[in-house]
Amino acid sequence: MLIANLMAERELDVWDCLSAVSDPELDEPITDMNFVERVEVSDDMEVRVEFRLPTYWCSPNFAFLMAFGIRAEVTALPWVRGVTVHLKDHCLGDDVNDGVNSGRSFHEIFAENCDGAALGEVVEKFMAKAFDRRQEVMLLGLKAMGRSVEEIVAMPLATLKRVRFTGEEELRQLPRYLDILAVRGLASAEEDPAFPTWQGGRIAPDDLVAHLGRLRSTRINMEFNGALCRGLAKTRYKEVEIGADGPTLVDFMAGRVPPRQATGARR
Amino acid sequence: MYKTPDGKEIFVLDGHTHFWDGSPENQSNVHGKQFIDCFYAYHTNLSPPEHLWEKARFEKYSEDDIYRDLFVDGPDDMAIIQTTVLRDFYKNGFGCLERSTDMARRHPERFIVNGSFDPRDGEKALEYIHYMKENFDIQGVKMYTAEWNGGSKGWALNDPAAYKCFELCEKLGIKNIHVHKGPTIIPLSKDAFSVDDVDYAATDFQNLNWIVEHCGLPRLDDFCWIAVQETNVYAGLAVALPFIHARPRYFAEVIAELLFWVGEDKILFGSDYAIWTPGWLVDKFWNFQIPDDIAQERGVQLTDEIKEKILGLNAARLYGIDVEAKKKQLSGAPVQIAAE
Repeated sequence: MLIANLMAERELDVWDCLSAVSDPELDEPITDMNFVERVEVSDDMEVRVEFRLPTYWCSPNFAFLMAFGIRAEVTALPWVRGVTVHLKDHCLGDDVNDGVNSGRSFHEIFAENCDGAALGEVVEKFMAKAFDRRQEVMLLGLKAMGRSVEEIVAMPLATLKRVRFTGEEELRQLPRYLDILAVRGLASAEEDPAFPTWQGGRIAPDDLVAHLGRLRSTRINMEFNGALCRGLAKTRYKEVEIGADGPTLVDFMAGRVPPRQATGARR
Repeated sequence: MYKTPDGKEIFVLDGHTHFWDGSPENQSNVHGKQFIDCFYAYHTNLSPPEHLWEKARFEKYSEDDIYRDLFVDGPDDMAIIQTTVLRDFYKNGFGCLERSTDMARRHPERFIVNGSFDPRDGEKALEYIHYMKENFDIQGVKMYTAEWNGGSKGWALNDPAAYKCFELCEKLGIKNIHVHKGPTIIPLSKDAFSVDDVDYAATDFQNLNWIVEHCGLPRLDDFCWIAVQETNVYAGLAVALPFIHARPRYFAEVIAELLFWVGEDKILFGSDYAIWTPGWLVDKFWNFQIPDDIAQERGVQLTDEIKEKILGLNAARLYGIDVEAKKKQLSGAPVQIAAE
């Protein structure tokens, strides 16, 4: 029983760390999207992660990014001796699986599949969209708290960090927004403006409405895709096999245990 | 014809429908199976439960099925059948011009059948465009840029070979280019769903109408930016519209964006039959209102007049249909299921 507990704990460790891997298109953790189907930890600390995307045709470059993201996060756990990542039912699945499990670097594998080009363009595009979405949450949150336009566009980073948000989405996105500001080098010192544009410029008070209009378009697109992907994933995941001993804790966590009445009524 | 609750008759031109054969007998490989399975996932995910089909019927439906679903049980007055060949995946093609034309021959007053070509075929593509015009007098084509063709896993509208084809379309009067962005796979360094090529093609071919199906989804935001700059770019509502049932608020946000950026004269209804049937879609659309907060934020309305444009008048304009004359013609030929 003690060993069983230990193994369950290690499985949960893996599930935890997988939440740091996001779908680039949606800027949502792959665990929230229910893309991860199975985590197995062997007696000798080898981890196997199986994941499946909402359709066979999902963007292969994103599949590559997520597969390598999984490998990086799981490898970083101190007790892990080896990792196998398996993408199921995907049009480029063999290439992704061969690449991610070869032990070679992401850039090496990736360059092979795009005539030597780097991933720059597409990563840049989706980071910009993630930035838009996270920034919009912060701006709308501050507006809802009654902060003036002038105050918002001039707000230094230190002030933003001290704002007491109460909304669930603001609390979820604040660290993600601060993170992308830092990673991108847009704001890191306390006195840096908290709301630069993606190009590093400032937002004039008169431009805030138009700026928010643009962020809104990005968000609606991402939310729409997120809703589509969640629905398709749910439809596809009905096929998932639950182990012989019935569902375990992680099956429930991954949301792959169908509601009772639905099992008999499947078409 | 859709009859509104207060008795008004609305002309419905369904801009995006299919007559496909995705049955296992016709599949060439796993990709063919996965393609129809993906469509079926869209169907099961977004249809109201009472409109769900059995898988076998979804894979291949009959001439009677399509006629009944669109015109008898459904409110369509006319429907545009789009061609999607997928010859690397299906033995006899998925949705073919010849098979659709045979089906449409029973009710020519109700169907417009569009063609398709693959610019990667080079000279043969040009010959094929001539063939389609001479034998089928097509007015439009459906372009599926994610189609596989041997080693190629997709193409772009602004490829030089594609431009040669569009030049010929313009010359022959094939004016309506329906574009479906699926994931173009290689090179991986590019955004697989990018709609940038629509921008180039629409700028360079001002005399052609570019109808972007699924309103550019999953790149709705990029598409809106392009459509606002190009007067000859239109948004097809297929895939977005079914959200009206499962996620009405999302749909409200999407239609508000489209009305704001693209405008009420350039949005086209399409059921994407047989993924969804037009009956419930049109009924829900007619009875739909954008919630006040969303309408106010974007400063747009979805009035009855705008709905009428979206459901049929906008597409009728693109296809040169005199709606009053067509209504008269159809009222003289009421719908009926032909005896088997």
